[in-house]
Amino acid sequence: MHPIVKLVAQRLALGLLLLFAASILIFAGTSILPGDVAQQILGQAATPEALENLRRELGLNEPAVTRYFSWLGGILQGDLGTALTNGRDIAESLSSRLSNTLFLAFWAAVIAVPLAIFLGLLAVRYKDRWPDKIISGVTLTTISIPEFMIGYVLIYWVSIKWGMFSSVAIINDSMTLGQKLNAIAIPVMVLTLVVLAHMMRMTRAAILNVMQSAYIETAELKGLGMLKIIRKHAFPNAIAPIVNVVMLNLAYLVVGVVVVEVVFAYPGMGQYLVDHVSKRDVPVVQACGLIFAAVYIGLNLIADIVSILANPRLRHPK
Amino acid sequence: MTEPLLKVRGLKIGATIYPPGEKSREIEIVHGVDFDLAPGKVLGLIGESGAGKSTIGLASMAYGRGGVEITGGTVEVNGRDILSSGLRDVRRLRGAEVTYVSQSAAASFNPAKQIMEQVTEAAIFQNKFSKKEAEERAVELFRKLGLPDPENIGSRYPHQVSGGQLQRCMTALALCPQPDLVVFDEPTTALDVTTQIDVLAAIKEAIRDTGVAALYITHDLAVVAQVSDHIMVLQQGATVEYGTTDQIINHPKEDYTKALVSVRSIQHEEKQPTETPVLRVEGITARYKGTNFDVLKNINVELHPGQTLAVVGESGSGKSTLARVITGLLPPSSGKITFDGRELTPDLPTRPLEDLRELQMIYQMADTAMNPRQTVGTIIGRPLEFYFGLKGAEKQKRIQELLDEIELGDGFQDRYPAELSGGQKQRVCIARALAAKPKLIICDEVTSALDPLVADGILKLLLNLQKIEDVAYLFITHDLATVRAIADSIAVMFQGEVVRYGPKSQVLSPPFDDYTDLLLSSVPEMKLGWLEEVIANRKMESAGN
Repeated sequence: MHPIVKLVAQRLALGLLLLFAASILIFAGTSILPGDVAQQILGQAATPEALENLRRELGLNEPAVTRYFSWLGGILQGDLGTALTNGRDIAESLSSRLSNTLFLAFWAAVIAVPLAIFLGLLAVRYKDRWPDKIISGVTLTTISIPEFMIGYVLIYWVSIKWGMFSSVAIINDSMTLGQKLNAIAIPVMVLTLVVLAHMMRMTRAAILNVMQSAYIETAELKGLGMLKIIRKHAFPNAIAPIVNVVMLNLAYLVVGVVVVEVVFAYPGMGQYLVDHVSKRDVPVVQACGLIFAAVYIGLNLIADIVSILANPRLRHPK
Repeated sequence: MTEPLLKVRGLKIGATIYPPGEKSREIEIVHGVDFDLAPGKVLGLIGESGAGKSTIGLASMAYGRGGVEITGGTVEVNGRDILSSGLRDVRRLRGAEVTYVSQSAAASFNPAKQIMEQVTEAAIFQNKFSKKEAEERAVELFRKLGLPDPENIGSRYPHQVSGGQLQRCMTALALCPQPDLVVFDEPTTALDVTTQIDVLAAIKEAIRDTGVAALYITHDLAVVAQVSDHIMVLQQGATVEYGTTDQIINHPKEDYTKALVSVRSIQHEEKQPTETPVLRVEGITARYKGTNFDVLKNINVELHPGQTLAVVGESGSGKSTLARVITGLLPPSSGKITFDGRELTPDLPTRPLEDLRELQMIYQMADTAMNPRQTVGTIIGRPLEFYFGLKGAEKQKRIQELLDEIELGDGFQDRYPAELSGGQKQRVCIARALAAKPKLIICDEVTSALDPLVADGILKLLLNLQKIEDVAYLFITHDLATVRAIADSIAVMFQGEVVRYGPKSQVLSPPFDDYTDLLLSSVPEMKLGWLEEVIANRKMESAGN
């Protein structure tokens, strides 16, 4: 068997194992939360009999292990359960929320990833000179400011003062793509500013590291220009670390957008999660947690596989 | 006389250094060097490390490595002063008129790109040839340099070919743009001797066939004698002597050149084996975890007290693995090791302290074998505390004794490794090994990273210490000259097996087995025409077979 196939298969198996472990953690974590769902639903005035009945109906009296496996079994069949608070099917409510979140994350990534890599390359080209310093300074500033702050600042200037984009990012299915993009423009900017620094600095560091190699000297002694050396000789060897940090940030774009979604009232997963956490709707929280874990593990799995594929020693064995 | 291709006048080169704990400062590393190189001629630049030879070579491409900067003088290539021209013009020169072959082709090839793309890159980029022409040229060069499967080797990646082959690919890379001058910077130093001879012959033939001029940089006078027309001897950034190859090799004028020519002056009478060996290795077979072949196959050797067993072989022959097995770092899959009359346990953690003390090790890279944050006194004092519990004045006294033994005077106790030269560092490592009062020291390529004159000093010291301390050495090396100088008995290793073993006089006298013969005949000799002789002999032999 080609060693790459073996390595990739190993990674996939490891990813599944991780996801399984994450499901246990999520279930255990939500199980030990204080408070009682039945109490929450029925309110303070509920009678002990009513509480007992509801608990039995919801299966809350079963042992945790039994509940875990029935939950897991449902998930494996695509059944995420029903929300306790409104009795709606979680998978159904989640799908539109998830696609909204992915829509926002996708456009943020489309802008942020190429921009970060380009700025990283530029910083290497002008290392320790003013373009490098400005790029580092600005991106470090934006990563240091809390994202809700950036969000409000951008709303104030871009939306209110300049009147360019909408300050509320509510989208629905009847909007055209242009309208949707207009609506999410400011959240995309915020997210871009937040994830830019990390990726840009990693790109810079990874390429500078490669630039120390003897083969870069070989390229210089061929008379090649700096940008060409960076693009042709340094970048291909810096892909693995760059992809890793890009994937971490993409995961952040999906998983970590809670604050931004709340600030802009954006109908994504984050808001959905926050709503149901406050209502102690455990099945929804579990489902969201599992999806977030899957996204995280999946993206990092991709990063791993890309790193493996980027290594010529593995791609072309002796 | 024809106009010189390369004309260097008053070349001064400076560097910024960053001494630990001090402010950075400028130092001059080349102090005004002059030379000419006519088209099609080969000039050998020779000297020890720090002589500035690579720096001078790169200056002919107006390139300074790291913080190195050309501070004065002129360098003319084809009549143009390249130091005063702008970066744009310099870039047109590099890779077109002047090209470079580095010491380590393995590091100098981009691991992510196919060989062909890298070999033809400069020729295409500099508009010397079209892609098709350049590729045809490359295949032609691969063939000329004796690479296997010249049509297809270009489509491989650097890690898919051997070190010797990659070094030839690097030569093809340098010759592909049809330059006027090639700078060869220690192109065979990193290779095994049996590989070196082939690469050397290939380079020499390529130089002759293409009529290219070359600067050949090396520390090995015997190698440079085979390829160059003229030789310039450098020491600490200044010219010591310049002359034709014949003059330098056969009639050196300066003392420094004479020392380089006559290096390895050590004479060592082989000692007779005693009754009981201090180390007996019996039937050792070993393999690394996760591999399916034996790195060592049924090794049987003996070492007698106060004597030296040289284990000689090329990279991958298993000689360092043997050291790992003896020290317990790699438990063998079968066989046993008897040390000083008792059997050693196979793995390190189960060995008693006494065994650890009596079996010490010295490594190739003294640099990495010492903690850079500890003073020499701490480094040498550690085994004294650890094995003997010495403290205070007693320990200080012993440290001083050891420093005297390794011929380092007062004041070294408080120095840090970074403040020492390569030879001094290795001496400190020797003192650290001696501090444990061992019966056996394993020396793993201890002189390989050192300049010949410094290495000579270390070998003399080791022999001297052997007399005083009656310690045995297991001396691992690839260098046959070193073996001749110090060994009492020799084990020649090849692909995990001992192919020849016995007292020195016997191992080094004919009749030889094939491998030992190849190994011995590949060691460059300091005489003109040696390379041609060997190659002609080998051709005759293979024709005769």
